[in-house]
Amino acid sequence: MNEIAVQAADFDVGAEISALSAADPEAGAVASFVGLVRGGEVRAMTLEHYPGMTEAALADIVTAAKKRWKLRTVRVIHRVGRLLPGERIVFVGVASAHRGDAFAASEFIMDYLKTQAPFWKKEETAAGARWVDARTTDDHAARRWQSGGED
Amino acid sequence: MTLKILYFASLSEAIDETAESFDMQPGMTTLGALRTALGELHPELLTTKNLRAAVNRNMCDWNAAIKDGDEIAFFPPVTGG
Repeated sequence: MNEIAVQAADFDVGAEISALSAADPEAGAVASFVGLVRGGEVRAMTLEHYPGMTEAALADIVTAAKKRWKLRTVRVIHRVGRLLPGERIVFVGVASAHRGDAFAASEFIMDYLKTQAPFWKKEETAAGARWVDARTTDDHAARRWQSGGED
Repeated sequence: MTLKILYFASLSEAIDETAESFDMQPGMTTLGALRTALGELHPELLTTKNLRAAVNRNMCDWNAAIKDGDEIAFFPPVTGG
């Protein structure tokens, strides 16, 4: 199983979580995160990416997480193309011996994915289409892992 | 002495290009110098807030060195996840 997948197709969360610890007696904890398209005024969302760089950036983030924590299996799936409210966008799953490493690494991977992986969201609303602006809170979330203050 | 230039997302729409090739000029050794030169063709490269760039698929700052044959991408801040 590849660690990284960038794909248009949906994924099976249960199967992905099960696969993280399958045939790995050393795995004692599995943490996962699923990101969804929020509804409300957004009718649909299209995710563009930079093929080639996206996969490399995600692989670099996973490598950094593995250096920082003791991890077993890691899986990152990010969808691209047009998605509707409620649809899954991203999956991050981490298996480790103990829960602390799995929890922390999942959050670290998401925080870096948000600021380093070349994806861009365009939302469709009743008023038309608009590109989503980057949030400074995402930059702050990624930066806290560098300071060593909060983790 | 040619560079492959890529544009993404809102920047690509504003410029109305997704890719082009660009001849390196003498003394153009950094990403920042390339941005300035390309900005004469596409002012959006100079006016886009928090513009980001990658050299050969690695995100870089404006001091990064560039060389013949590099793949250079310009894009707005990323918004995945």
